[in-house]
Amino acid sequence: MNDQFIQFAYLAAAVLLIRGLSGLGSPKTAPRGNLTAAAGMLIAIVATLLMKGVVSYTVIIAGIIVGSTIGAVLALRIQMTAMPQMVAVLNGFGGGASALVASAELLNYMREGSEPTGIVPTAIVLGILIGGITFTGSLIAFAKLQELMKGAPLVYAGQRFVNAALGVGLLGAGVMMVMTPLELNPFYVVLGLSLLLGVLLVIPIGGADMPVVISLLNSYSGLAACATGFVLGNSGLVISGSLVGASGIILTKIMCDAMNRSLTNVLFGAFGAVDKTTASAGSTDGRTAKGYTPEDAAVIFSNSRSCIVVPGYGMAVAQAQHAVRELADTLEEKGIRVKFAIHPVAGRMPGHMNVLLAEADVPYEKLVPMDEINREFSETDVALVIGANDVVNPDARTDKGSPIYGMPILDVDRAQHVFVIKRSMNPGFAGVQNPLFFNDNTMMIFGDAKGTVLALVESVRELV
Amino acid sequence: MLDDPAIALTILVLALFVGFEVIAKVPPLLHTPLMSGSNAISGITIVGALLAAGREEQTLSTALGFIAIVFASINVVGGFLVTDRMLAMFKKKKP
Repeated sequence: MNDQFIQFAYLAAAVLLIRGLSGLGSPKTAPRGNLTAAAGMLIAIVATLLMKGVVSYTVIIAGIIVGSTIGAVLALRIQMTAMPQMVAVLNGFGGGASALVASAELLNYMREGSEPTGIVPTAIVLGILIGGITFTGSLIAFAKLQELMKGAPLVYAGQRFVNAALGVGLLGAGVMMVMTPLELNPFYVVLGLSLLLGVLLVIPIGGADMPVVISLLNSYSGLAACATGFVLGNSGLVISGSLVGASGIILTKIMCDAMNRSLTNVLFGAFGAVDKTTASAGSTDGRTAKGYTPEDAAVIFSNSRSCIVVPGYGMAVAQAQHAVRELADTLEEKGIRVKFAIHPVAGRMPGHMNVLLAEADVPYEKLVPMDEINREFSETDVALVIGANDVVNPDARTDKGSPIYGMPILDVDRAQHVFVIKRSMNPGFAGVQNPLFFNDNTMMIFGDAKGTVLALVESVRELV
Repeated sequence: MLDDPAIALTILVLALFVGFEVIAKVPPLLHTPLMSGSNAISGITIVGALLAAGREEQTLSTALGFIAIVFASINVVGGFLVTDRMLAMFKKKKP
């Protein structure tokens, strides 16, 4: 097949991938967008198989069958709560594949004894470096999310120094590799150090910061693909890789903004492990939080017209999504308007809470993003907080000493009544007390999220 | 194909801008499917893997290419399928 035809096929593939991604702009067009992107991918693969250099198909077909089977099984089996782990694994494999491709190309140059020229040696180094870090970094992120290892930041004395030293060593070896591309030793050093750095860079990052890490690794996996595009002189790879790179960068920024922290702080700050002593404990003024029963809450509901539900990851952990949807349905039957307030970092990855609620059949029109819903709390009768804590802590607005000061929050305290369903008075991830729990208009309902919500459904049915 | 680095860099920069423009319009509601979908797209590196594994001579690079194909296929197939599964839930309307 002639080269020009193949270039046109890559162009068509790139157009379909971009059209597909723009389809994700609304829930109505999204399923077709995804299919469009998949079609683009298929075209790129078929075009590649028709290229002159590709002659032995046995290995290729075997690889595709093995990989597709594993991918399909993962995709169909995975629980929606485990989606962050799934994305971490996929990121890792994408990055790993790019590192392997760059390595394979390098070995091929060595075998042929021809020195790569121009931008190619640099691209090979970048492909191995970014791909390697993405591979092991994603596996660590997976292990933390899957709770195979502790989610808490793993820190030790001199950690930053060790990482910086390794980083400098990696750069040095990278430069050597660019200058003498046919030498094996710099290649081994670059590969080894990239894999090692991927591990070391992610272990000090806490479980709650994983949304940022996953977004960033997503971006890296795209950039690694981009680098292999330069290695192979393949425009299809460069275009698709940079689309993913851009997407990851945007999501990373959104996540950082939602936590009011810089990327540097997330990556190197080891949040939750340091500076606990200097943090203010939260302004409770010696007040005590008052516990109520679901029946008490139902009495308030009987005089209410509107309710905003604020779900947190605690709700998902308790598998209470379906119970919450039942509650929303019951309230609506009684003539109470229900909306859901979604904080950008609710869940364990960007947009995670929306998926969990959509799975429980909550119509997506009811899922309102933070900026929009915050205007409505002051005109709302009841804000119902389920398994969320730090994202509704008013100290983030007012207490400069609080570690979460400046983080954008959901203004639930401005509602007429606030119900908080919570297991106990334990502080949230940030380790700070939440003054919301002590407010006069706040009713604490202690208990397991699922059981308590179901009890609330019963009480509302009887009393309202 | 991309022998001129200037042309390659031009493509890279323009594609990044297109990426920023397109992705910025995706609402937070769909950020998780966006991530898994774009993830699948990063599996485009399978193109490189095919080139590495498909050469006539069977060498160490063929072996690396094979593993790369397995990894990239997991990424592509897993990514698109799981995205489709998620988007189907957003499509559902209450009766």
